[in-house]
Amino acid sequence: MIRDFLARLASVAIMMFARALTAARALWHETGLPPRQSVYFANHSSHGDFILIWAVLPPWLRQRARPVASAEYWLKSKLTSFIGGDVFNAVLIERDPAARTSDPVEQMAAALDEGASLIVFPEGTRNQTEARLLPFKSGLYHLARKRPDVALVPVWINNLNRVMPKGEFVPIPLICTINFGEPLKVEPDESKEDFIARAQGALLSLAPTQTDNDA
Amino acid sequence: MSTTTSDMVTLLLGVGGILLFASSVGYVLQRKLSPDGSNGAIENLNARIKAWWAMVFLIAIAFIAGRVGVLLLFAFCSFAALREFITLINTRRADHWAIAAAFFLALPINYYLLWAEEYGIYAIFIPVYAFLLMPIIAVLRGDTQNFLLRISEVQWALMICVFCASHVPALLTLQIPGYEGRNVLLIAFLVIVVQSSDVLQYVWGKLFGRTKIAPKLSPSKTVEGFVGGVASATLLGASLWWITPFTPLQAGVMSLIITLMGFFGGLVMSAIKRDRGVKDWGHLIEGHGGLIDRLDSVVFSAPIFFHLTRYWWSLT
Repeated sequence: MIRDFLARLASVAIMMFARALTAARALWHETGLPPRQSVYFANHSSHGDFILIWAVLPPWLRQRARPVASAEYWLKSKLTSFIGGDVFNAVLIERDPAARTSDPVEQMAAALDEGASLIVFPEGTRNQTEARLLPFKSGLYHLARKRPDVALVPVWINNLNRVMPKGEFVPIPLICTINFGEPLKVEPDESKEDFIARAQGALLSLAPTQTDNDA
Repeated sequence: MSTTTSDMVTLLLGVGGILLFASSVGYVLQRKLSPDGSNGAIENLNARIKAWWAMVFLIAIAFIAGRVGVLLLFAFCSFAALREFITLINTRRADHWAIAAAFFLALPINYYLLWAEEYGIYAIFIPVYAFLLMPIIAVLRGDTQNFLLRISEVQWALMICVFCASHVPALLTLQIPGYEGRNVLLIAFLVIVVQSSDVLQYVWGKLFGRTKIAPKLSPSKTVEGFVGGVASATLLGASLWWITPFTPLQAGVMSLIITLMGFFGGLVMSAIKRDRGVKDWGHLIEGHGGLIDRLDSVVFSAPIFFHLTRYWWSLT
């Protein structure tokens, strides 16, 4: 009970803080809001990425959106497991293939079967390089093959990497936009390489042109 | 009811009346020219009028809340403006601490000094102390690429969004003989003259605008809009002499200076937008764009208005 209440409180506080800091603003695709159940796949440069996507979704979409995150990171301490588990209801996956006891794709498919939407970062890790996007891991493809009816929505998060670069612990306020693209699905006879290339292209096409943001 | 309060009520009723008129005109235009919401100019006009209602409402609340209310309102404006500004400039990882200091030290200290009425230190805090300390914070990170450019941009952002903008609430610290307790009306005077000048330039421009005044900077500004807007806002300012410590002539001259500074300030800020390749500073105010899009003319006129008034009228 109390834990639930605290989780509610924490989620409102986190959302207000994120909005005050970034004035986060969603740009929806011309076809409108994403479908009720979606897999949002986004670029990953900061721990706050999923919070921003989650914060700009309208309440009825936000309720069911669960971030997919690394168990190693979120189970580290009581506080992180409270935020990851109770506040955001994250689907926690084990990243190390050698040591893991459950299959991440199975876990994600099970969450979809329960009606959840997912927020995933197919780059697999935070992008600390100059490249706009790291090559995708294949998890998104395998998930799409397993649940081909669920819409995959590309989401470009702009500027959040400047708010809190790696190694800093004080965030600076900057305006962030979250750009939602057209939902896509895997074609029946599409190869893994083709699908990954198409998904990467769809995500990159949402990024602002290099000259806008050459800092 | 004190004369200050009754004057404030009169002003609010006047502004409310004008907005009511504007809303009715907007409604009729929308019915006639854009019944299906397809005429962009009319929809934008109505969005702007709606935002005006909200802004007047916010300022009125701040005035009712008194000195602290006004300071908090402008501290928030500075924060939002600085956030828009820093978003658009060149920053590198090495600037992180300097920028954090601008937001979380320089801004609150600047407004605290106003609250504490420490004018002497307030007047040099950002121009001297922040000016010298911020590049020191930045240089400790050892990144020299574009160094001068980077530190200048952060300093400029602080000067414009925090120091200059805070000269509006700084009007409250002036001590003008015979005008005690009425300083909040000076803010009302400044804001009404600047903003009506912007609006009147827009209206004159839309009605009679032919000749572009600065096509490279701001394609929507015209000579006709500029002359008509500045002249009518100056007359309006002169007719508001009764809320100021000025005579009607002095109020008119002040208004002319305010409107001219506002106009050229708008040009400067638009040059920055063009250089950065954006149309608006942000999206905070529906129909207007970002907060800086609305604040640009105030920012340029407030310090000059403050210092002229301080030099000739104030004891402090």
